[in-house]
Amino acid sequence: MEWLALGNIEEIPALGGRYVETPQGQIALLRNENDEVFAVSNRCPHRGGPLSEGFVSGKTVFCPLHNWQIDLEKGEAMAPDHGCVKTFPVRIEEQQVWLGLEKATP
Amino acid sequence: MMNPVPIQHRKARLVVVGNGMAGIRAVEELLKMAPEIYEITVFGDEPHPNYNRILLTPVLAGEMALEETILNPLDWYAEHGVTLHTGSRVTAIDRVRRQVLTEDGRTTPYDRLLLATGAAAAIAPIPGNHLPGVFSYRDMADVEQLTHSSDLGGEAVVIGGGLLGLEVAHGLRARGMGVTVVHRRAWPLDKQLDARGGKLLQTAMEARGVRFLLGKESAAVLGDTHVSGLRFTDGSEIPADVLVMTIGIRPRIEIAQAAGLQCEAGILVDDTLQTYDPRIYAVGECVQHRGQTYGLVAPLFEQAKVAANHLAEYGRMRYQGSVTSTKLKVTGIELFSAGDFMGGDHCEEVTLLDSSQGIYKKVILRDNKVVGGLLYGDTSIGPWLFQLMRDGTDVSAFRDNIVFGETHLGDSGHAGENQASRLADGAEICGCNGIAKGSIVKAIREQGLFTLEEVRKCTKASASCGSCTGLVEQLLASTLGGFYDSAPKKKALCGCTELSHQEVRDAILAERLLSVRQTLAYLDWRHPGGCATCRPAINYYVRTAWPAEGLDDAQSRFINERAHANIQRDGTYSVVPRIYGGVTSPAALKRIAEVAERHNVPMVKITGGQRLDLLGVKKEDLPQIWADLDMPSGHAYGKALRTVKSCVGTDFCRFGVQDSTRLAIALERGLERMWAPHKVKLAVSGCPRNCAESTIKDFGIIGVDSGWELYVGGNGGMKVRAADLLCKVKTHEEVLEVAKAFLQMYREDAQYLERTAPWVERVGLDHIKAVVVEDLESRRQFAARMEFALSQEKDPWAEAISGRLDIHAAPLRRIPA
Ligand SMILES: Cc1cc2nc3c(=O)[nH]c(=O)nc-3n(C[C@H](O)[C@H](O)[C@H](O)COP(=O)(O)OP(=O)(O)OC[C@H]3O[C@@H](n4cnc5c(N)ncnc54)[C@H](O)[C@@H]3O)c2cc1C
Ligand code: HEM
Ligand code: SF4
Ligand code: FES
Repeated sequence: MEWLALGNIEEIPALGGRYVETPQGQIALLRNENDEVFAVSNRCPHRGGPLSEGFVSGKTVFCPLHNWQIDLEKGEAMAPDHGCVKTFPVRIEEQQVWLGLEKATP
Repeated sequence: MMNPVPIQHRKARLVVVGNGMAGIRAVEELLKMAPEIYEITVFGDEPHPNYNRILLTPVLAGEMALEETILNPLDWYAEHGVTLHTGSRVTAIDRVRRQVLTEDGRTTPYDRLLLATGAAAAIAPIPGNHLPGVFSYRDMADVEQLTHSSDLGGEAVVIGGGLLGLEVAHGLRARGMGVTVVHRRAWPLDKQLDARGGKLLQTAMEARGVRFLLGKESAAVLGDTHVSGLRFTDGSEIPADVLVMTIGIRPRIEIAQAAGLQCEAGILVDDTLQTYDPRIYAVGECVQHRGQTYGLVAPLFEQAKVAANHLAEYGRMRYQGSVTSTKLKVTGIELFSAGDFMGGDHCEEVTLLDSSQGIYKKVILRDNKVVGGLLYGDTSIGPWLFQLMRDGTDVSAFRDNIVFGETHLGDSGHAGENQASRLADGAEICGCNGIAKGSIVKAIREQGLFTLEEVRKCTKASASCGSCTGLVEQLLASTLGGFYDSAPKKKALCGCTELSHQEVRDAILAERLLSVRQTLAYLDWRHPGGCATCRPAINYYVRTAWPAEGLDDAQSRFINERAHANIQRDGTYSVVPRIYGGVTSPAALKRIAEVAERHNVPMVKITGGQRLDLLGVKKEDLPQIWADLDMPSGHAYGKALRTVKSCVGTDFCRFGVQDSTRLAIALERGLERMWAPHKVKLAVSGCPRNCAESTIKDFGIIGVDSGWELYVGGNGGMKVRAADLLCKVKTHEEVLEVAKAFLQMYREDAQYLERTAPWVERVGLDHIKAVVVEDLESRRQFAARMEFALSQEKDPWAEAISGRLDIHAAPLRRIPA
């Protein structure tokens, strides 16, 4: 696991998100009302909507395209929908947001 | 040592006695849960595969063919590896050897046995009851014989005026026989109806040519070699060529009883549908559970599910008995009855009788709960009533109107009309999620949905753009049988709160709540972060109440309004610059063309709103495209003023009587950047030929000789509504003032996402006229508030270009490989 510094938490709007481009594709960073930050793949399991543009509340993000609700801890769509997104570990130290990525296996 | 003996891995054997509705339903449920564990053998003494017994009357009446009633064709048994023996009666159960014996001498071993032998028609114990021409009404064989006999015409007498008796009377009448129903009580269907309902039913059946002999006890069937008539205990007689006995049913318990299983009226079972022998289960009309036997399919299906659950060795479910309701299936007669419909001590009755329409409704309440009811003539509220009864809902809030059900529709659709019910099942209701009417109705029925929220959760219909909300509400209304209260006095804004839109709005004004987060906190939101439904609404309410001080929270705006562009299905965006009144210039067109070329915009399209749309733009490129265009945003992405369409008008058109383009441009300049509860479209036509289609716009203007006619509340799109004439005015200035006043009133009053069409219907045109036309001072104030609100809004594209607005176009970081 490699930890990458992404920047200050204030660069991610509260109750919203940003995304980062990575070798593994876009990853959405979503910040809730308690300043917790979650990282999930930036493609909604429904039709690939950009989750970084969704509404964040608690541990849920609402996809901006068709309002699927994704549990940010489990990475799973909530009923009645089915599907999941990959989740990534995030650490916050002194306002710095760190993203954990597996090293690409050669 | 010797080689180990291979263990014969044999599947357990399940034998089912009775190839009818309950038994086969249990097998179906079992196959769903555990398709592999049993080798299943079914015995049925009828020659048919499982058919739908409740459709016998339509077959008799000639309304349906026998084949149409087959539920499980022979292929079904083969496909599922179920061995079926038709025409094979089980005569004994050997519980010691664990095998069943059939009439034709076969013995079949079982590990588990399921008894589903149903019931037989009861036969009146009177002389002559076995004469040819005397029938029972239970199975396909009865229907076949009745069909033959009735072909000869003549007189039929039906003994027993219950559900089956009336059905067979209807069927025989439809086949052309003269029919008399003999019943020992004073009115037919006395187990489902009170005297008044019974009389209404009798009248309706008599109008169809069925005669009744009430209060008569049969004494003997007359005839030597064939039935010829019926004698009563009072000595009177009537002639009969066909006699049908429908005096009740008797659970078929003989083989169970002979095998020593405990039986009373039916085979006794516990809450797991197990008999006294743990290897033997029983379901259907043959069982008695908690002292109760059933003669309807709904409870049997519930039993089948539980029995299957235990046979599948899940062992989790319990059957706790059923509450039943009945409907009569005689074409054209609507009747519904459930629970205690007679009332009595400690009960209250709410009744409605409309003899001229043949409508009678009676609801029995005890302690403000529905305990029963009967509906005759109009059964539309039946399912709702039944639900209230099963749920034990406290109905004190609407008890006075309970017999009417609730018929409020939602905020759209045409007053009183129900378009949705007329649509075909395949008709798409929710375009966003591709959901057809059929699947919504199915979900409402099968999953017992009652609210819009539930439909959204279960089907996704109306969960996206919401434009089909009205239709979904209508479907709820028609499917739930008239009851569906979409607009109760108080409807919570969303699942995060109990408060209604209006209450939240009032609080924002009264408490000077200046942001979404402040509002959520102050009003104790269940989820401190709100949800995708409440946040945009509250942001709108805050901005409307406090145009200067209120915080416009980007994270509480939909993606389009946050990015100031329309997101497309592939995640790209579209860019629509404002072209005032649809009038452009060569220079502006050139600039748009150049920008499109420079940025390789995949598609340039003329919109329905008379402007140009650059489609397929990546978010990262938006700020640069805006900068290159150097034009104001067209707000084509917002719940906001979209366009003011115009026709050419007097400048060029030979018919024109007014300068429509100049007024359209003035209006669009006067209203641009206006946010609203929903999108707002305007149009100006230069004469009554109305080329700009002003009459399907939120605010439409038509030039006439003497000035301008102003129309409001029009809508194109899915639910077309022609606009209403608001007033006539003379000058451009007046048009502008009325437009501003009307739209400000809409902004301040309508619920978020409510368009002008339903809003105008809701508040009433007269009220709107009084506020924004007739009262000049009020009109001026509304217009002034609009102008103040607009003065606080800046062009978002210009803001983004100057760096004052960050739409987060670029990724937070790019991590190289
Ligand atoms: C004309 C008519 C209309 C009806 N209308 C309605 C209605 O509108 N709504 C409603 O809810 N209900 C209605 N019912 C009642 C409903 O059909 C029954 O409740 C339901 O069919 C009972 O299912 P069951 O499996 O228990 O019995 P059945 O469907 O009768 O199945 C039992 C089967 O087992 C066979 N069998 C019995 N003993 C043996 C044996 N020893 N060996 C082999 N086979 C045996 C029988 O021949 C029969 O085929 C109606 C019934 C009739 C007759
Ligand atoms: C995601 C869904 C939708 C998007 C992105 C979208 C986008 C647009 C755009 C960009 C325009 C041009 C408007 C302008 O020039 O300002 C437009 C016009 C229009 N849209 Fe939509 N639209 C959507 C859904 C709908 C729906 C559901 C309806 C109908 C129920 C609808 C009805 C119309 C009509 C009638 C016009 C023409 C307006 C006019 O002639 O004045 N749109 N739409
Ligand atoms: S509405 Fe009248 S003025 Fe306008 S283009 Fe049509 S005909 Fe001409
Ligand atoms: S793409 Fe996310 S809900 Fe459709």
